[in-house]
Amino acid sequence: MTANTIQHHISDSLLMSYAAGSLPEAFSLVVAAHVSLCDECRAQLAAFEAVGGAVVEGEQASMSQGALDQCLARIEGPAPKGEPKPRRQGILPGPLAGYVGGDLSAVKWKQLAGGVRQAILPTAKGATARLLHIPAGAAVPDHGHRGLELTLVLQGAFRDDDGRYGPGDVEIAGEAVDHTPVAEAGADCICLAATDAPLRFRGLFPRLLQPLFRI
Amino acid sequence: MIAQTITRKIAPFAPLRGHYVAPAQVRQIKGSVRVGVEPGDLAEMMLAVRDRQDKAAFAALFRHFAPRVKGFLMKAGSDAATAEECAQDVMATLWHKAHLFDPGRASVATWVFTIARNRRIDMARKERRPDPEDVVWGSDDAPDQADVYAAAEDAKRLQLALADLPEKQRALIQRAYFGDLSHSELAEETGLPLGTIKSRIRLALDRLRNKMT
Repeated sequence: MTANTIQHHISDSLLMSYAAGSLPEAFSLVVAAHVSLCDECRAQLAAFEAVGGAVVEGEQASMSQGALDQCLARIEGPAPKGEPKPRRQGILPGPLAGYVGGDLSAVKWKQLAGGVRQAILPTAKGATARLLHIPAGAAVPDHGHRGLELTLVLQGAFRDDDGRYGPGDVEIAGEAVDHTPVAEAGADCICLAATDAPLRFRGLFPRLLQPLFRI
Repeated sequence: MIAQTITRKIAPFAPLRGHYVAPAQVRQIKGSVRVGVEPGDLAEMMLAVRDRQDKAAFAALFRHFAPRVKGFLMKAGSDAATAEECAQDVMATLWHKAHLFDPGRASVATWVFTIARNRRIDMARKERRPDPEDVVWGSDDAPDQADVYAAAEDAKRLQLALADLPEKQRALIQRAYFGDLSHSELAEETGLPLGTIKSRIRLALDRLRNKMT
């Protein structure tokens, strides 16, 4: 999974928003996972972080008397212990492995219709992140979006009207997109998906399941 | 803004004896917010902190960045007292995590920004911020002198370009970084010279990947 094989990237507005720190946690997770795999987006993210540096350079508010001495006293002490960054676990990029708490075997899957399985990840409100496991050749029920949906492929591949998405690729689906992603034959497709509004399913059956499964 | 002094060669890896001596323009900044410090000089101070735990260099960085971080956090919605406390946290983190600073990848301002941003997210939302995996640059792989120089140049060019933007456009970018805008409100085009920064990092990553394979 190298930058050369990734065809579908995070958009500039999402990267800038992530650099600024204003994306909901679930979307940040998709961006962080993709950037872990994609040098192209890592470099672009660095450029957007540099804008943040330039913005900070332009601000100013006086510190109170003695602030420097306080800080100098503080740095005499030991460094606070930080948690080590989670490492990549098989097909799970580091940040995602952190949410799963291990590798793929640690995922607590729940069955959906059609052999599709999902696992909701614990993120703050505002957007939902889930892992999806789609059997090779199976379709995710036809759905449209009220909000934004980001889907990062971790294993296998899927196709929809917009093209083919393989490992490392991100599909960005907005309001206008109505699609039926179909997993390619071969390996089962495993994706990380984040949405900021419930999906709208066309068929009655998935619609009835929706409140149960929080899709 | 003092221009043109960047042409002075930065020598971040030359072991200096004793304490860091602030360049002339650093000593001038007392009480004046208008005089900037060159990104290359800030990088040099940061390296004195990283490599020699130099407190005089840290003090100079504090005088430069603490008021800027405080101002930034206040624009991002903090009250003055909280912003001051967080600016202290950010500067203490800069000291404690100095070993992570790499002058060939980012300017000190950029690095300070990312620390301040993360602190702001902790504070405001009490939620996790998923970070990408780190790139392992390799410990014996000191950044190329040319990279260090280019990173400082890029930072300076970006700062000037931001200042030169039409007021409305600049305000929009600032608001984005204060956390006031959602991604759908952001423009895809910033009007800033980001291409040079992206390609520099991209090249460095390519070099690294080639070395690893």
